[in-house]
Amino acid sequence: MTTQYSRVEGLGASRSGTQHFWRERATAAALIPLMLWFACAVYRIAGGGPDATVVYLAQPLHAVLMILFVIATIIHMTLGIQVVIEDYIHVESQKIALFLLNRAFGWLVGALCLFAILKIAL
Amino acid sequence: MADHPQARPLSPHLQIYRWPVTMATSILHRFTGMGLTAGAAIMAWWLIAAASGPEAYADFASAAHSIIGQIVLFGITLAGAFHFFNGIRHLAWDSGYGFAVKTANATGIIVFLLSAITAIAFFAFAGGYVR
Repeated sequence: MTTQYSRVEGLGASRSGTQHFWRERATAAALIPLMLWFACAVYRIAGGGPDATVVYLAQPLHAVLMILFVIATIIHMTLGIQVVIEDYIHVESQKIALFLLNRAFGWLVGALCLFAILKIAL
Repeated sequence: MADHPQARPLSPHLQIYRWPVTMATSILHRFTGMGLTAGAAIMAWWLIAAASGPEAYADFASAAHSIIGQIVLFGITLAGAFHFFNGIRHLAWDSGYGFAVKTANATGIIVFLLSAITAIAFFAFAGGYVR
């Protein structure tokens, strides 16, 4: 499965080398501080009134941190679910269909979250 | 051998093993990761509701405050806490630390305790999500 070009690139049979593995770990590391911030944010918002979410995310710093949290989460989630699909689905057509569904879900959830944050913050 | 077509266990499998700690944490890491995908969808609902205005947010808040909503949110909190602490354990393993059997079992038990305590404490202090 290694084409001449990917052999030159050192990407091997998976066609993407260790990119998936590294992205999963890099986003995991990023999510440690972001998750701590998110827990604080949920705590503050849960203790506030009905407009607590809007007030909280209207602050530029918190809006940016929420955007970073969403991006890291969606990438980490999509990569993780892809591994689950790879492990259990062995019919190529079904696997590719589920890959696309997984990606679509990630893009959809990501777009909804990011647009909502920007609409609140701007 | 062909005279025995009935299904027999081929090798020790999930239902047969007495789960070692490391096996339980490994399976739960994947399980909670999949569950947190539902959490991401709920996060999208929460943010879209907040961006859409007070009525949409009130719908979300009443759903979050219902008994089912609280059970789901507590489940996501517990899954998130477990995935967070066990994820740190995985990153340590990826860096080459904590592979000794005794260490791996001990950190596994610590992860179970920490995630249970964190989720219960967080839920108690946050006083039920969204007022």
